[in-house]
Amino acid sequence: MEGNQLPCQASYMRNALFNQGYLDDQFLQLEDLQDEANPHFVEEVVKLFYSDSARLIRNIELTLENTPSDFEKLDNIMHQYKGSSSSIGAKKVKKECTQFQEYCEVENIDGCLRTFQEVKQEHASLKRKLENYFQLVREAR
Amino acid sequence: MTVEKIMSDSESYDDFPARLRVLAVDDNPICLKLLETLLRKCQYHVTTTSQARMALKMLRENKDRFDLVISDVHMPDMDGFKLLELVGLEMDLPVIMLSANGDPKLVMKGITHGACDYLVKPVRIEELRNIWQHVIRKKRTEPKNQNGSADQGNDNQSSGEGNGSQADRNGKCNRKRKDEEDFSEDNENENEDPAASKKPRVVWSIQLHRKFVVAVNQLGIEKAVPKRILDLMNVEGLTRENVASHLQKYRLYLKRISSVASQQANMVAALGVKDSHFMRTAPFEGLGDFRTLSGQGRFASAALSHYTTGGMFGRLNTPNVNLRNLSPSTLIQPDHGQNITNSISSLGKVHPALASTNQSQSLFQGIPSSLELDQLQQSKCGTGMTSFNAIDNSRLRSRFSDPGAAINSSSNIFNSSTNMMLHGSYQQTMSGGGFGNQSSQNMASLNLDTFNVGVNSSSSLLDSGTIQSSTTQPASLLSTEPFHSQPPMRTTGNSGFSNDPYLQKNPIDISSSTMSLPLEDSREMQYQQGLVGDVQNISHIPSQRWGEQGQSYGHGSTATFGSLNAHVPVSGVVSPLSHSLDQDSGIVNEKMGVFMNGRFAGGASTLMLQNGNEKLASESRAMANDSFLLEQQKIQTVFAPRSYDPLDAMMNAMIKREQDETIANYDFGFDDYSFESGM
Repeated sequence: MEGNQLPCQASYMRNALFNQGYLDDQFLQLEDLQDEANPHFVEEVVKLFYSDSARLIRNIELTLENTPSDFEKLDNIMHQYKGSSSSIGAKKVKKECTQFQEYCEVENIDGCLRTFQEVKQEHASLKRKLENYFQLVREAR
Repeated sequence: MTVEKIMSDSESYDDFPARLRVLAVDDNPICLKLLETLLRKCQYHVTTTSQARMALKMLRENKDRFDLVISDVHMPDMDGFKLLELVGLEMDLPVIMLSANGDPKLVMKGITHGACDYLVKPVRIEELRNIWQHVIRKKRTEPKNQNGSADQGNDNQSSGEGNGSQADRNGKCNRKRKDEEDFSEDNENENEDPAASKKPRVVWSIQLHRKFVVAVNQLGIEKAVPKRILDLMNVEGLTRENVASHLQKYRLYLKRISSVASQQANMVAALGVKDSHFMRTAPFEGLGDFRTLSGQGRFASAALSHYTTGGMFGRLNTPNVNLRNLSPSTLIQPDHGQNITNSISSLGKVHPALASTNQSQSLFQGIPSSLELDQLQQSKCGTGMTSFNAIDNSRLRSRFSDPGAAINSSSNIFNSSTNMMLHGSYQQTMSGGGFGNQSSQNMASLNLDTFNVGVNSSSSLLDSGTIQSSTTQPASLLSTEPFHSQPPMRTTGNSGFSNDPYLQKNPIDISSSTMSLPLEDSREMQYQQGLVGDVQNISHIPSQRWGEQGQSYGHGSTATFGSLNAHVPVSGVVSPLSHSLDQDSGIVNEKMGVFMNGRFAGGASTLMLQNGNEKLASESRAMANDSFLLEQQKIQTVFAPRSYDPLDAMMNAMIKREQDETIANYDFGFDDYSFESGM
């Protein structure tokens, strides 16, 4: 592609992600940490996030299936997941995580189940978008 | 790197914050990676691990390898707060907590456990840029020593030991190892340890404290001013500021003791267990490993046995000494292990006389780590020498509600314990105490000595007075008080002195009183004087209160038995070493303040009973041994039972009985450990 387009596309997409609330300032922090010494830092962290969080999501699913009343456990796993997602700046995901934890607090299993669906959706949606974004960035390099 | 080193290197001063060696612990890989990158960006040297146990291992392998630790709260293999306590106690390094949860309650918990700071994830780089201040602050805290005087000489040794800093924890640990010789040199306080990154601090060793107490007594507590005390002490390297701050603590201790007199809890002579030492000795990891302390605790048990004579106490009741439950068990964790026993014994010996120094001085005698001292009414005596020994300061702290309890900081503690109890007068008694001198005579003897030192400990130890038996787990003890020795562990007011860091709380039966000794809280230990250490157990002291475990502070005689810890189930309420002891400055006996509440399990009570006033010395030794002195000094002070009163004999007997019990308590005050174990 034309060299000058890609960067635009990538930056366009990046802006959209921020504007639409998918990412917050924390993502900027990640970008700030990227430098010559660490040229692919952001992408690396995001990848790490997705591989680690897949495991956490799976754990929550299992717990909801097997021991849905174990709110403490659910809360613990979600706490981990929330920590990770907030570290990369995943704004919407984080919001759903907080909601989920609130339901755990009051032991509302239905609320948890519903919110968990939202969590998964946001998780998948952001993942797609970021994958596209990094693809654009790579192509632009 | 030490501050001095850093600062002294003028060229590098500008980029001082750089090169800071940080250990980052977080089980979440994303957060860990992010943290690592952020820290590198700040030009710090970063080491990461996702396991708390690994982190501890690394820290223990080389105490000087890191300047700061950043740890997540939520970790699968170990609770972040626990790690925090351990690090604080053993290594006395600044620890910053990290969590995705910013709930103020959790933040508060972090602070009370001794965290220097609490950051909420996601962490921003700006926040990390400032963390170096915690390192500097820590180094500067405590003895105003900071002085750049890098006393390499001394400190070399101490460096390992944890430069006198904080609550002796470190120092104590190290100290203990180094033994007294080092200690004595170092004692000059300034443990500056140029090599070590620890902050240079004046370590109030038992001897030093004793000198202090002697000086104070000579001048009269009312008229004692730092300058004059300093002159009288004639210790090289000691500054007026050091003395002033120590005096302040001592005064608090005394106050606490007197107030404790009315309460029972006093006792717990903050088992001066200097946690650091204990920590080391006992596998800290398990905190609960106090049991291992038992080894050390031997002392405790021994001591306790003395104490246990709670009944004895009743008899012994030497007018002055009311040994409250000196739960010798807790404290006694002297590094030397032995000490504790000594301390305990010393506790027993702690003559009530000690108690009186100020009357209120309830020296907590041997505040058993758990500071069971509640009973110590007299806590004044501070005899509760809580042998803080291992008392986790941190632990103790929390537990130790009693003031004495916290006798953490080994160095201080001890002093406090002893001091406390003996309030200065001891000086002699301590050694004599013949307390059950159990095994570690060292302790005992030391204790006695330390008692004199009392000053330091007193503050801390006395927490015992209030050592509430709350059996709180030792671990928490410390947490409550952020190690800093300062916060008197909640000790209820025991001996005004320091929070009995070591009050190991004896688990209710003193025996288990975990040493609430705040020992170490390394950070906290600041108490140095403040025995407070983490007297964790403060809560323990259930009935026994005995000065928490007999922490017998072996402080020199005055110190009362600090080591009473734990066991000393001082059943009889040992009136805090009857403060009534005449205030003679040298009279240790009076001050016995062994608070052993009744229970004095073990020697502690006997200590008090010594009534002989002089006896206190021995008692205190026993008690104090553990806690305080032990730490570093090898509390070898053999307690030469000075005036071994018949009571002592009884006490010893009792203590022996209690031994078993006490030892259990000995726990360094680490959580529950001691108490439950009841060893």
